[in-house]
Amino acid sequence: MIERLLFCCSLLSLLTTAGIIFVLVSESIGFFKEVSVIQFLTDTQWTPLFTNKHFGILPLLCGTLVTTVLAIGVAVPVGLVSAVYLSEYASEKIRRLVKPLLEILAAVPTVVYGYFALLFVTPLLKKFIPSLGGFNALSAGLVMGIMIIPLVSSLSEDAMHAVPLGLREGAYALGSHKIQVAFKIVFPAALSGITAAIILALSRAMGETMIVAIAAGQQPRLSLNPLVPIETITAYIVQISLGDTPHGTLEYQTIFVCGMTLFILTFVLNVISFRLKRRFQEIYE
Amino acid sequence: MNKRSWDKNIDSLFRVVGLAATLFGLIVLAVLIIDVFMDGAKRLGWDFFTSYPSRKPEQAGILSAWVGTVWIMITTALLAIPLGVGSGIYLEEYARRNRLTDFIEINIANLAGVPSVIYGILGLGLFVRLLHLERSVLAGGLILALLILPVVILATREALRSVPFSLREASYALGATQWQTIRHQVLPAGIGNILTGIILAMSRAIGETAPLITIGALTYIPFLPTNPLSFSGDFPYIHLTLQGFFDPFTVLPIQIFNWVSRPQKGFLVDAAAGIIVLLAITLLMNGAAIYLRYKNQKRW
Repeated sequence: MIERLLFCCSLLSLLTTAGIIFVLVSESIGFFKEVSVIQFLTDTQWTPLFTNKHFGILPLLCGTLVTTVLAIGVAVPVGLVSAVYLSEYASEKIRRLVKPLLEILAAVPTVVYGYFALLFVTPLLKKFIPSLGGFNALSAGLVMGIMIIPLVSSLSEDAMHAVPLGLREGAYALGSHKIQVAFKIVFPAALSGITAAIILALSRAMGETMIVAIAAGQQPRLSLNPLVPIETITAYIVQISLGDTPHGTLEYQTIFVCGMTLFILTFVLNVISFRLKRRFQEIYE
Repeated sequence: MNKRSWDKNIDSLFRVVGLAATLFGLIVLAVLIIDVFMDGAKRLGWDFFTSYPSRKPEQAGILSAWVGTVWIMITTALLAIPLGVGSGIYLEEYARRNRLTDFIEINIANLAGVPSVIYGILGLGLFVRLLHLERSVLAGGLILALLILPVVILATREALRSVPFSLREASYALGATQWQTIRHQVLPAGIGNILTGIILAMSRAIGETAPLITIGALTYIPFLPTNPLSFSGDFPYIHLTLQGFFDPFTVLPIQIFNWVSRPQKGFLVDAAAGIIVLLAITLLMNGAAIYLRYKNQKRW
C-alpha cells in the first residue's frame, strides 16, 4: 500500500516530462501550420511583433550562441584550473572550506546577476571599450560564465578525484613532478568526466534566462559581434510573456516553438553529458 | 636553468594561479555584494517592507512581493517535499532494478537539466490554460514544485544511500516490516541530509524568476493574496485561507526585475534594496544548509 503510494510519487517525474513534451508539441503544431519548417530554420529575420512578420529562428540561435560561448570562455578555463588546484594541490582544509563557498556562486538568484551585469559590468567595460552598447552580449556572457564556474569546477574535481591513486603513484615513482602528474596523468584520465561537466555547463548557459533578459537586450540579430544588443531564445520568451499576447495567436505560439527549440538543444547536450559521465564511472568504480 | 628546477618553478607558479582561479569567483561575488549595498542600503527601512509598489520610486516597497514569496514558498514546500521525499524513498528503498525504474532514473537526471524557463512554459500550457488556474499562487507553486522536485529526489536518495545497511538488517532482525524500518530507522538517520537538500532546493525556488514571468505573474500588484480588495493589508500580512491560493501574486525577484527594467534612476535604488533582501535570504539558507551538512557528517 505505502509502496504503491510512493511509486506514484516517482511516476510524477515521468508525467512532468510527458507534460512538457505534450505542451510544446501541441502548440508548435499550430505554429507550423502557418509557418513552414524550412522558413523557420532558414529565414534570417525574427520579427513576430512587427507588421512585416518573419519567423526565422537563426537570429535568436545566434544570440544564444554568442552568450553561451562567452560564458563557456570564462567558466571552462577558470573552472578547470580551479578544479586541478582543488583536486591535486590544495590541502584538505582548504578544499573543505572553499568548496561550499563556491557553491554559493551558483545559488545567487540570476536576477541579481542580471542587475550586476547591466549596472556594474557594462559601465566598467565601457571604460575600456567605448563603443559598447548599454545592452550587449559581452557583459551578460561574462557574468553568466562566473555563475557556472562552480558547475565546471565541482564536477571536474569530482572526476579527477575519482582517478585511482595508483596512477598518480606510478607517475611519481617515475620521477614526475606534481604539475606533470596533474596535467599528463590525472587530467587525461578524467577527461570524459571533465567533458561531461563542460557539456552540462553549455546546456546550463543556453537555458539561462534572466541575465540575458536584463543585460543583453531585445534585438534579434544575426551577428557574432558581442558589443551590440542581441536577443537570445530565452530572453525572447520573457519578452513575449511580459506583453499581453492573446492566447491562440501566432505570436503566442512562438513562445512554445522557442521553448521546443531550447528543449531539444539542452536535451541533446544533457543526454551526451549523462552518457559520458556514466562511461567514466564505469571505468573507475 | 635545468629541467628539474624549471618544473619546480612551474609547480609553485601553478599553486598561485590555481588559488587565484579558485578565489576569482568569490572575489566577484564580494564585489557584487558591495556594489549592491552601495546602491541600495539607503533605501532599506521599515517602510520598504510595508509599502506597495508605487509609481514614485521613493515610496515604492516590497510588501506585496515578499508576502507573495512567502505564499509561493508555502505552496511549493507543501507540494515538493512530500512528493520528492516519497519518490526518493521509493527509488532508493523499494524499487527493483528494471527497465521502468532505470527509465525513471534517467528521466529525473534529465529533468534536473531542463532550463527553468521551460517549466514556465509547461505551467503556461498546462496549469494556466488547460486547468484554468490562471495566474494564481497555486499555478506558481506547482511550477516551482515541479522545478525543484528532481533536486529533492536526488538529495533524498543520496541521504538514504549513506545510511548503512546494518541498521536496516538490525531492524529486520527485530521483526520490523520494511515500512517500519524506513519510518523508524532509515529516515531518522538520513533526515539531516534530506533537510539540507530541501533547504538548498527551496533557496533555489525563492530566486527563480523566469518560470513565473512566463505564466504571466504580474509585476504590479498593489494587494495581497486573500484580501485583493483591501489596499492596506494588516499586520502580519499573511492570512492563510484557501482563497489565497487562487489569487494573483508577485514575488520578490519579479519585483526586482520590474524595477531594473524601468528607465528612472530611482527604481534602480529600489531594485538594489530588493536584491539585498533577496540575497540575504538565499545566503542565509545556503549558510544553514552548509552548517547542517557539516554537522551531519557522521562516520558510520
